Amino acid sequence: MSTADTDTMYQEIILDHYRYPHHKGLRDPYDVEVHHTNPTCGDEVTLRVQVLAGLVKDVSYDGQGCSISQASTSVMTDLLIGKPLAQALSTHEAFLALMQSRGTLEPDENVLEDGIAFAGVSKYPARVKCALLGWMAWKDATAQAVAQTKEAS
Amino acid sequence: MTAFDVEAVRKDFPVLSREVHGHPLVYLDSASSSQKPRQVLEAERIFVEEHYANVHRGVHTLSQEATDGYEAARSTVAAFLGARHEEIVFTKNATEAFNLVAYALGNPGSPVRLGPGDEIAVTEMEHHSNLVPWQMLAERTGATLRWLGLTDDGRLDLSDLDEVVNERTKLFAFTHVSNLLGTENPVDVLVARAKQVGALTFVDGVQSVPHQAVNVPSLGVDFFAFTGHKMLAPSGVGVLWGRDLNALPPFMGGGSMIEVVQMSGSTYAAAPERFEAGTPVISQAVGLAAACDYLTALGMDAIKDHETALTAQLLDGIRALDGVSVLGPDTTELRGSAVSFVVDGVHPHDVGQSLDDLGIAVRVGHHCAAPVCRRFGVPATARASSYLYNNAADIDALLEGIVKVQAFWGVR
Ligand SMILES: Cc1ncc(COP(=O)(O)O)c(C=O)c1O
Repeated sequence: MSTADTDTMYQEIILDHYRYPHHKGLRDPYDVEVHHTNPTCGDEVTLRVQVLAGLVKDVSYDGQGCSISQASTSVMTDLLIGKPLAQALSTHEAFLALMQSRGTLEPDENVLEDGIAFAGVSKYPARVKCALLGWMAWKDATAQAVAQTKEAS
Repeated sequence: MTAFDVEAVRKDFPVLSREVHGHPLVYLDSASSSQKPRQVLEAERIFVEEHYANVHRGVHTLSQEATDGYEAARSTVAAFLGARHEEIVFTKNATEAFNLVAYALGNPGSPVRLGPGDEIAVTEMEHHSNLVPWQMLAERTGATLRWLGLTDDGRLDLSDLDEVVNERTKLFAFTHVSNLLGTENPVDVLVARAKQVGALTFVDGVQSVPHQAVNVPSLGVDFFAFTGHKMLAPSGVGVLWGRDLNALPPFMGGGSMIEVVQMSGSTYAAAPERFEAGTPVISQAVGLAAACDYLTALGMDAIKDHETALTAQLLDGIRALDGVSVLGPDTTELRGSAVSFVVDGVHPHDVGQSLDDLGIAVRVGHHCAAPVCRRFGVPATARASSYLYNNAADIDALLEGIVKVQAFWGVR
């Protein structure tokens, strides 16, 4: 398994996040909890967000899935927790663009940090959904949390 | 009869000589779709280059030749199943065949009337294509869907057969061979019970017809379906067989399926035309017939024996590995060649990706049979499925590949 292809998909960073995921486990308090699945493979994530005063206060999650889905959710929590919501949303955009680039985009390490390790995954259309599972769940949960705040105010 | 010569067979499949990621291709995903031999491609090419026109629609020579070719294909498929010409309907795949019957049974003139209090029976090992159409039919009619569960070794749990298939059951749909577990079901036992209670039966032959001799009329079922692309034929053609198709109202309306059309209403052609509305799949049907001829020439029993030997090699090989387990029957007894397995500590997606790096194609996921995964408490499996063109070296490559996967992921 020493071919170049494996090396580009299964970067050490990805394997590390998979083996030792960051911020894993569901935590209180939270505003919204969502459950997302990838219907083609059965990967699942349950994800909670807490948005407070324009900040991503917490993102916690639990789930089961392949290395790519688990590692990318772990990387995401590193990138988003504690960030202003607007910055978090633009990081989300940047990761989405990278994953949809089919390997043509040079990722910006200042924005995506460990997330740049997923550039290789974008060449495998079948795995892009895996990499986006947690990110899509976060987007969904955050949109709901923001809508709740608007309703309440 | 000459012995089955797998190396000669392999030469008919050009794709088998290609490389993937610098390794010779090991194609073990035939339960998903099979590769195509030159003979099938050639038959389709000659038909299109020399005899093609629309069918059942003209007097000109090409139109007649195309119609003859299309109807000859129907006869070949019928003979392959031991069936009669008019019992064969060409569809686009097996999924369309299930839906065709599911909708026809709800239309005026249906031999059964489904409503609240009636039941439709299936099994927990069905492919979504032989499950969701029945769920939808139940939803449309108010009927109740019941199902037979599975035993831990991946067989149907027959202990409550009489309970699940009962006097209220109007239709019992079940698979001949499971695409995920490989299990071959006891069609005779299931049909006998259905007959006791007067229920129609529909057998999914998608994973049996490509791999073993099946005399469909002798199964005693009412409907039977399979798909061409898993048996060396092009994608885009499937087959519905029906014992008494003329008792069934049409599903789709359109050209070719009619008798007399007036603005106030229409009457319908007899089967099989009644169920082939619009221009049918033409050259693909010719390809399917060529596939039947190819399989017949090799002999379905010889093909089955060859595959059984490979399945035994794979099951024995996996049994000898630590940390790898098979979902489904552990012996070749009443079993097809699809073998689902789980590598402890490595997600099936990662197993599949790592095997692909070695040129080995297996399928990963829930294989469109999500309830089976749920039953066995796994999110997904990896599945190796062999066919007539696989050889012992392919199975060895897979077994070695699994050990390499375990090493890469640090679980051994
Ligand atoms: C057991 C079984 N039934 C039905 C189908 C559906 O076949 P198709 O997608 O060609 O309609 C499949 C294909 O995966 C299958 O394995």
